[in-house]
Amino acid sequence: MSDSPPPLPSGLVAFVKRDCPTCETVAPVLGQLAEVGALTIYSQDDPGFPKGLAVEDDTELESSWRHGIDTVPTLLRVEAGKEKERAVGWDREAWERLAAAKDLGPGLPDFRPGCGSLSVDPQNALDLAVRFGSDSLKARRVRYAPLEDEMEAAFERGWTDGLPVVPPTERRVFAMLQGTSRAPDEVVAVVPPDLVECSVEKVAINAVMAGCRPEYLPVVLAAVEAACTERFNMHGLLATTMPAGPVIIVNGPIRRAIGMNSGGNVFGQGNRANATIGRALQLVVRNVGGGRPGEVDRAAFGNPGKLSFCFAEDEEGSPWGPLSEDLGAERGVSTVTLFPGEGPRIIVDQLSREPDSLARSYAANLRTLIHPKLVLGFDCVLAVGPEHARVFSQAGWTKEQLKDRLHELLMIPTEELVQGAGGIAEGVPVGVSAPALPKFRPGGILVVYCGGDAGLFSTMIGGWVTGEVGSQPTLREIRP
Amino acid sequence: MTSTGDIAEGSTGFVVLDPTGERSLPIRERLPRPKTLEGLDLALLDISKARGDVFMDRLAELFGERGARIKRFSKPTFTKPAPADVRRQIAEECAAVVEALAD
Repeated sequence: MSDSPPPLPSGLVAFVKRDCPTCETVAPVLGQLAEVGALTIYSQDDPGFPKGLAVEDDTELESSWRHGIDTVPTLLRVEAGKEKERAVGWDREAWERLAAAKDLGPGLPDFRPGCGSLSVDPQNALDLAVRFGSDSLKARRVRYAPLEDEMEAAFERGWTDGLPVVPPTERRVFAMLQGTSRAPDEVVAVVPPDLVECSVEKVAINAVMAGCRPEYLPVVLAAVEAACTERFNMHGLLATTMPAGPVIIVNGPIRRAIGMNSGGNVFGQGNRANATIGRALQLVVRNVGGGRPGEVDRAAFGNPGKLSFCFAEDEEGSPWGPLSEDLGAERGVSTVTLFPGEGPRIIVDQLSREPDSLARSYAANLRTLIHPKLVLGFDCVLAVGPEHARVFSQAGWTKEQLKDRLHELLMIPTEELVQGAGGIAEGVPVGVSAPALPKFRPGGILVVYCGGDAGLFSTMIGGWVTGEVGSQPTLREIRP
Repeated sequence: MTSTGDIAEGSTGFVVLDPTGERSLPIRERLPRPKTLEGLDLALLDISKARGDVFMDRLAELFGERGARIKRFSKPTFTKPAPADVRRQIAEECAAVVEALAD
């Protein structure tokens, strides 16, 4: 196997198949060309076609695949082994130019489109790519011993997050790479903690293992890019004793295109995209970056979301604009937002029918994140559910109004926060002169709309150390 | 050949692409050799081939003279891998194992 295609014979080269009416039509033309000069015919389905002519057997489709034949008939003009020009389908003018001949195919129409080449038939394309193109995948091949179980083998090599992984065969990785237009060897990011350059191919391998479908790959790639920025600081988030991990929030058209869940059980099990995209990111950090629990991952408790915590915003149902817009993206652009989050916690309020009452409920709950007496160190995500959102939208509250009101309500009197206050040693240092301190920095409350349509609930997700020393919410556009 | 593995021509075994940063060898490293036999818990695993016991008896004698504490194990049949329980017991109770074949 080799990257460079085998050289073509000089002269004219035609690719045909019997099962193509246009190829049948041009068979006499090929006879004409064979009489006047060097002509090599590759037949994809029948070495006896066209009858009476010398034909190269390409039923294995290697020559067709290697020379990028999409359509039959295709006529090439080759000089010194290199293709100089090609004509696709029957096109008298083009064929006569390539052959430097006149009066080809008397009686035929000037033009007739061809048929699909067997080498691009969806049933064959993946097999051919694996058979002839596997050199384009650069990852080291690992051959399991004959008696090794391919599922157990991944556990034994430390490649899993504790759940079984899909074995990343060449075929599956090729199929995964069909999900992006990016080259397999393009470097996506430098992944901590080992600071290893990670290619699109390596991400694809881990996405296969996580159970992703190819169409999820662009989301995984964007998530890996975002996680490995200085701003998001995946290294610190991994190494901390705190429980937080990367939470992926997806906005834009791709949510619907790949069937993500933004409704009932949005943070729960059952949706393949939600469950596997976050998992793929974590497997990249584990396998490519070398970030494993008990090693650089020093979390004292962790949280179940470190297996996968990925969800979509219900933009269609929301009375407000999407989170991605709040963070600077244009509407209609698909994005991931990475947030360093702990596990989600419910906010139940079944009685508030006025927005200010509900905002007060939110504030009382948000204050307890991390510790009710600790402020300013952490951001949060507030996931507003449909029935709660209706309370705000019916009263005409914008998302900005809600956030402003929450910041107002979360200005906490310093006397309640200082160490020792309330009989609790934990708190802010004594001697802070400000009469009140904000729970969150400006912009430190991220609001998304999601969840099931029954239940007067919302959910909050606490963060990890924010600002330059910690991890900041990080937006990344999803590219095809 | 399994239905899902890609097998290179003329070979056996399931082939996957390495998902790691490729900073270490894909094969598992062997444990370091014991520095001394003195006081070492040593497993002798008889694979149950004919006269394997004769060979094992002699090995037990020689290792015993050098201070190893010998524990004897055997496979039910030489045609199959050792049962998981036997492997686990050896791993838990012994620092090294000699698996010996005779015929």
